[in-house]
Amino acid sequence: MATAVLTTLDPRSRAASRGMSDIAIRNLFIIPTIVFLIVFNIFPLLYSLGYSFTDFRASSSAPANFVGLQNYRDLLADPFIWNNFTITAKYVIVSVVGQVVVGFGVALLLNRDIPFKGLLTTLLLLPMMLSMAVVGLFWKLLYDPSFGIINYAFGLGTFEWLSNPDMALYAVALTDIWMWSPFVMLLSLAGLSAVPKHLYEAAAIDRAGSLYTFFRITLPLVAPILMIAIIFRTMEAFKTFDLAYILTSQPTTEVISIRLYKMAFQEWQTGMSCALAYIVLIMVLAITNIYVKYLNKVKER
Amino acid sequence: MRKKLIGIAGGFALALSSSTSVLAQELTIFWAEWDPANYLQELVNEYEAETGVQVTVETTPWSDFQTKTFTELNAKGSAYDMVVGDSQWIGAASEAGHYVDMTEFFQKHNLTEVMAPATVKYYAEYPSDSGKYWSIPAEGDAVGWSYRKDWFEDPKEMEAFKAKYGYDLAPPATWAQMRDIAEFFHRPDEKRYGIAIYTDNSYDGLVMGVENAIFSYGGELGDYATYKVDGIINSEQNIKAVEMYRELYGFTPPGWAKTFFVENNQAITENLAAMSMNYFAFFPALVNEASNPNAAGTGFFANPAGPDGHQFAALGGQGISVISYSENKEESMKFLEWFIKDDVQKRWAELGGYTASAKVLESEEFQNATPYNKAFYETMFKVKDFWATPEYAELLIQMNQRLYPYITGGEGTAKDALDALAGDWNATFKKYNRVQ
Repeated sequence: MATAVLTTLDPRSRAASRGMSDIAIRNLFIIPTIVFLIVFNIFPLLYSLGYSFTDFRASSSAPANFVGLQNYRDLLADPFIWNNFTITAKYVIVSVVGQVVVGFGVALLLNRDIPFKGLLTTLLLLPMMLSMAVVGLFWKLLYDPSFGIINYAFGLGTFEWLSNPDMALYAVALTDIWMWSPFVMLLSLAGLSAVPKHLYEAAAIDRAGSLYTFFRITLPLVAPILMIAIIFRTMEAFKTFDLAYILTSQPTTEVISIRLYKMAFQEWQTGMSCALAYIVLIMVLAITNIYVKYLNKVKER
Repeated sequence: MRKKLIGIAGGFALALSSSTSVLAQELTIFWAEWDPANYLQELVNEYEAETGVQVTVETTPWSDFQTKTFTELNAKGSAYDMVVGDSQWIGAASEAGHYVDMTEFFQKHNLTEVMAPATVKYYAEYPSDSGKYWSIPAEGDAVGWSYRKDWFEDPKEMEAFKAKYGYDLAPPATWAQMRDIAEFFHRPDEKRYGIAIYTDNSYDGLVMGVENAIFSYGGELGDYATYKVDGIINSEQNIKAVEMYRELYGFTPPGWAKTFFVENNQAITENLAAMSMNYFAFFPALVNEASNPNAAGTGFFANPAGPDGHQFAALGGQGISVISYSENKEESMKFLEWFIKDDVQKRWAELGGYTASAKVLESEEFQNATPYNKAFYETMFKVKDFWATPEYAELLIQMNQRLYPYITGGEGTAKDALDALAGDWNATFKKYNRVQ
């Protein structure tokens, strides 16, 4: 199988004239990448796993002591950490559901012959091309209760989007929805344009209603690609940091990565923060796995 | 081929040797991004003119000053020769060996006498009362207040205030008066609000603000020598002080839940609040017509007294320390010898820096130089500070976690928040074997 994919080296090429075999060329390309991955990904991953069982602090010269599962026990028994996880879960649900509804909705609207469709799509994609920090900074201005344009436009007076502890998380999620709905829209649009036209024609001949057509033809056929968008967005939302960190400092918006950042780089509890990072990693892996299982199921249909 | 290699190696060697010889004539000081850092750059330019040694003040925004400094220190990096570090860092930085021990330098130049006592105690000495010193007091600072003199002196306002509260409208002498004045000027319909206080919980903003109330109410954060906190951090005085801070939050402009020095100066320049808490270091911008259209109508007062007459303020400011991993330690020491000279300290004050030199602070010339220098001088002799233990960052985050929901969200009571904080701090001190 592999040999069928690998083409042999052209004997007249410069590489061949220098006596290099096709295997050598292949290794030349692959080995640096693998070394890079091992040095910068796999090694730190394993190294930090080791640290997660110690009381190591990068800020002190004291040697690290092995503490077994103590860090994991402490973290999982800490009510503040559980609160951070609850906030993160709430944020993921609101933000991903919002992005799917808005993104898929806009894709449905765009999936027809309308003038300037290409230009419109490009313009709609702009938010996701901006830097997270920049988006955070200017949404902070938009939300400002004294001079922000949102309150002015909707006549909300001095409504406090970011200082109100009950509202702040939704305000952050709203910004995330604004920024990342275009991503869902783009993937949905690709899925929608791949649905064979003859299916709709057949449905029309059978006088199927538009709702029936949507739930029996459009949605099932777009589902796999939509699932991929959801997987990406869930993983990203779970790890979100920039927007929440810049927009507000409410404890009700302290998602798990902000807590992790504070623990690692403000408190310098290196061992403990490695353990927390592993807990987050395991959670993201578990959630992604559930999605991937579901994705395979959807594809089988 | 070999010739080529030798040539390249020779070139490298030449480049390296010439770059190290240049490096010895360059010093880098790391500080946060704010006006005093610009003043320091102006000052050190004069050092370059005198000695030929080029000194650069490198800065980073306040929000990641701590993170960036400690990342560099923990990596034992030599990018910076000196750092103008926060007072609460001394414990962490000295115990980990990041700072060079300055005790000898202190004794040689008799700095315990030369610098104001509070600055020596909080910026330089660690552990408390040990006689070991780790930095040279550089930028003295504390929290003070600015106020709208033009609003306070408006005859109509004065009359209305007297009719309502029974005493004259003037800069407050006590926290209770400050509360009355904040309530009096709090008029959301006119887009005018009573007071601007610190509420940012991402570093030490909120905690510094609350400390002003706690210390003036006669409270303490704990016993810094024995690490005892029970009955101290959650004392009756502290509960009352935190309740007062929460009450003042009710008179702040809308959206005042993540505010620090920038917003608090804006409260004055943008006609938002009658009074505003801020570090003295930010007051030069308020007397400058270019940065404050209300400069002529802005006045200043020291942190008011609590109900029992105690009057203290939260300490800001920094000392300058030599980094152990610097390749130019000797050159840095020479620079510091220049920096502590009386005439240099005087020049530092003229440029806008807040000198810690007792002689300069006491001089008539300094006290009359600006409308707030006298208040600064008085405040610098009654300041208190946060914990300086190596685990101060954990203590700070715990205090933010417990107080912020109560102060800005009204969740629970001040007593609950402080009792819980005492529990957190006890657990932290136990974890690091400070207490049994």
